[in-house]
Amino acid sequence: MLPAYLVIGVSFAYLALLFAVAHWGDRRAAAGRSVIGSPWVYALSIAVYCTAWTYFGSVGRAATAGVWFFPIYLGPMLAMLLGWMVVRKMIRIAKTYRITSIADLIASRYGKSPALAGLVTLITVVGIVPYIALQLKAVASGYAVLTSPLGQPAPIATGWWLDSTLYVALFLAGFTMVFGARHLDSTERHEGMVAAIAFESVVKLLAFLAVGVFASFVLFSSPAAIFEQARSVESLRDLLSFRQGESFAYVQWAGMTVLAMFAALFLPRQFQVMVVENVDERHLRRAVWVFPLYLLLINLFVLPIAFAGLLYFGPGRMDPENFVLSLPLAEGHTVLALAAFVGGLSAATGMVIVEATAVSTMVCNDLIMPLLLRMKRFGVRSSGDLTGLLLGIRRAAILGIMLLGYLYYRLAGEAYALVSIGLISFAAVAQFAPAILGGMYWRGGTRSGALAGLLCGFGFWVYTLMLPSLAKSGWLDDGFLRDGLFGLALLKPEAFLGLSGMDGLTHSLFWSLLANLLAYVGVSLWRAPSAAETSQALLFVDVFRRTAGTNPVFWEGKAQVSALLPLAGRFLGAQAAQRLFADYAQRLGLTRVEDIPGDARLVQFVETQLAGAIGSASARVMVASVVEEEALDLDDVLRILDEASQLRAYSHALEEKSHSLELATAELREANQKLKSLDHMKDDFMSSVTHELRTPLTSIRALSELMRDDENMDVAQRQRFLGIIVTEAERLSRLVNQVLDMAKIEAGRADWHSTEVNLREVVEQVAGSVRESFRERGVALDLVLPASLPPVRADADRLTQVVLNLLSNALKYAPHAQGRVVVRLGDAPEGLTLEVQDNGPGIAPDQQAVVFEKFRQVSGDDHYRPGGTGLGLPISRQIVEHFGGRMWLRSTPGQGATFGFSLPHARTGMTDQHNSTQSEGT
Amino acid sequence: MIKKILIADDEPNILISLEFLMKREGYEVLLARDGQEAMDVIARERPALVLLDVMMPVKSGFDVCHELRASEGLRDTLVLMLTAKGRDTDVAKGLALGANAYMTKPFSTKELVQKVREMLGESA
Repeated sequence: MLPAYLVIGVSFAYLALLFAVAHWGDRRAAAGRSVIGSPWVYALSIAVYCTAWTYFGSVGRAATAGVWFFPIYLGPMLAMLLGWMVVRKMIRIAKTYRITSIADLIASRYGKSPALAGLVTLITVVGIVPYIALQLKAVASGYAVLTSPLGQPAPIATGWWLDSTLYVALFLAGFTMVFGARHLDSTERHEGMVAAIAFESVVKLLAFLAVGVFASFVLFSSPAAIFEQARSVESLRDLLSFRQGESFAYVQWAGMTVLAMFAALFLPRQFQVMVVENVDERHLRRAVWVFPLYLLLINLFVLPIAFAGLLYFGPGRMDPENFVLSLPLAEGHTVLALAAFVGGLSAATGMVIVEATAVSTMVCNDLIMPLLLRMKRFGVRSSGDLTGLLLGIRRAAILGIMLLGYLYYRLAGEAYALVSIGLISFAAVAQFAPAILGGMYWRGGTRSGALAGLLCGFGFWVYTLMLPSLAKSGWLDDGFLRDGLFGLALLKPEAFLGLSGMDGLTHSLFWSLLANLLAYVGVSLWRAPSAAETSQALLFVDVFRRTAGTNPVFWEGKAQVSALLPLAGRFLGAQAAQRLFADYAQRLGLTRVEDIPGDARLVQFVETQLAGAIGSASARVMVASVVEEEALDLDDVLRILDEASQLRAYSHALEEKSHSLELATAELREANQKLKSLDHMKDDFMSSVTHELRTPLTSIRALSELMRDDENMDVAQRQRFLGIIVTEAERLSRLVNQVLDMAKIEAGRADWHSTEVNLREVVEQVAGSVRESFRERGVALDLVLPASLPPVRADADRLTQVVLNLLSNALKYAPHAQGRVVVRLGDAPEGLTLEVQDNGPGIAPDQQAVVFEKFRQVSGDDHYRPGGTGLGLPISRQIVEHFGGRMWLRSTPGQGATFGFSLPHARTGMTDQHNSTQSEGT
Repeated sequence: MIKKILIADDEPNILISLEFLMKREGYEVLLARDGQEAMDVIARERPALVLLDVMMPVKSGFDVCHELRASEGLRDTLVLMLTAKGRDTDVAKGLALGANAYMTKPFSTKELVQKVREMLGESA
């Protein structure tokens, strides 16, 4: 037993810390460094799903029903892992159309219907108030456990003014007013609140894990030991199995899972943190695994704690829902008990704050505003600024919801177990599933269908679940429960039409969802959707198919900036409205707000902004009151859609066309570049050939004229000149032949007579023909030839041409008298190689790269101009490459040059070249 | 006095024929086989006129012409460019760099002699 002041002190200290965290979150947001920019904060805030009911109720349920606590968490895990596309679509829709509550989501989808919004809000309030009461009850009973002697019933506060639970409720109302309804924002985002929720999620998880570790490893040696011991106790044995003595209730298990799945998606607080507070769709990717993991972690020790408590205290001696507190307390671990209490408090406050924020938005926008706007004082014709009033309504709604919750707790507090209240709330929220899911994925759903479905579902929920629970609490005569309404057994709320064999919850869920779905689909199909329903259906169902720019706007008429701007100012504040319009004008490239055209896009823009503040149904009414609009019929809607999609197709086609034009231009530019460079090359070639032709012609002409003009020239001089003329004439004809040869090879018109050629024979033959010239110049010619070599496949005459070219080049550059040229023939894996090495001046490194280019002669140091054509090496290289070989040059200036080439082995028949090489020797 | 003429060309046979021709016409003939050698000989011997081939190793005829015109002492040397490249752009480039006259190979020996005499201010 702990002193009351300690528990109260710690509780309020924790709440103050929470306040500080939220305050810090808002400050950060104002400074532009938002904490909710982190996917971790987003994922953790979704864990607001785990309330005091999880914290205390799960253990209670596990202690009475074993694994049956688990479907409540299995559902949300599946919802996140399998249903993340649904969440993503809700986020996209909510962002695109500024939808800020689950009621607005449904109302907006079905033609912005105020009636639907109101109905959904009513169902929510009826369903959620008990759930809030449950949180307060959890906190109160936790407080009682801590402050009263162990095992004794908690004293009931005699007067409400002495009840600390009231003060907790009031504090939470204040907190929610400060962080959940501080200012009007058309996106309804609350950064500080989300930061506090994420913080709470961490606190409750750590606290619960701490108790779990304590129960499993301090009280007992391990979870396995706990289960082992439990198995030996008769009354606990059944709890450990799935079947629990009878056949496993698959239907019930599945029903609970589906119920929890819907709850995780459509509970107002889940919608608030998951959809409304989402700032970046990509954060969902983190949440998809973090949230299920969180649920797994927080459920890890539920069974161990439950069984530890049952074993420790003995079955039936203590309330299992308080094991989390009573176990550490019984062992005297007061700090742990306090921490556990703070964890539970944390879970309760998180839920209450977010739920109250979400529900107050709905109550304000969808219940109170529509009524106010009908009144003369606030209605469409008045002009007063309503922002203050709006905030006031929100805050009053928060206080009202909180007090309703407290009232319910005071009245029904002890009547029913925690877990049952939670499930009843879940079942109410599950009624939204057909209207929301149908609305997002089926264009045929109508307003009447949604209304009918919700009314039927809610009606069955009240009759088969809510009323029986009241009757069981003794507030109603339970005669209808036993005998059926009007004494008709078929109308028994818990065995409707004689359906039995299910527990009350599954039974109710079955009938309410069946009736809901049948009414929704049936009524929707019965009447064709109106224009407004069709247009909203298109916008919702196809939200991923369009971007903002190509979205059709289903509105026609005339509007004035001068009417829309004051309207926006009434609900958003004059300054904020002015800023919004200025931004809008800037996006259009206009400088003055007055210049904005009063077209459909502007109307849509203003309506969307207003929808964020007062809900889409009220926004529609307000906008309609200040513009002249034409009523659209279904044909108009289809026409607008058609125009939008034509526009989209047109802009798409334009984009494609411009892209392909760009491609074509690039291709043309490239081709032109190629042509230009080809042209340039041809020009260069012609210029080079001309130069090479004119040079010998110059000598021939000059010398001929000299001889013609001088009849008395002595014979020796004449002979010398004639010799030069003959040499230059030979050079001319060689050049002409090589130019033609080159042109033929390059054009691919050369004749190749490929046969198997013995390279050694070619070398010997060429060497024989040039030996005389070498001797004349005093240059030694050495041949290094292996005895036998495999053949190559090539044209013998062409190879002769190549070898001759290399040998004459070597001769030209080798020094007279001491010249030495070595020819080496070798066999390598890549083929036969031939190298011709001279001891001439060599070739400078920068020149080596160009010797194989046309008309690039390299002169040696001694200025000896060898009278070549500049085509020998390029032609040789072309020939070698034609036969699959390659040509190279190695040279160090001053130490001669080595030209060489390789040719692949001839492939004979089916054998590969290696085999043919070997078989050559045999 | 006998005027000096430098013949700069990398083709030995052209040197032979031009040397014979210019000697026959009574000039003192100097020879150079590349651009650098031509610059050296011009600086040393101060010829009145240079028969300058464009495509030469080490330093091209264009470079030689450019250097001559930029040099204080040598800028008055007469330059007759000889080129085997017949493109208009080559002719224009030579004249722009300061050549006094331009002849395309192969040329008539008579015309060449006439041009040389004209440039040296002698009657044909």
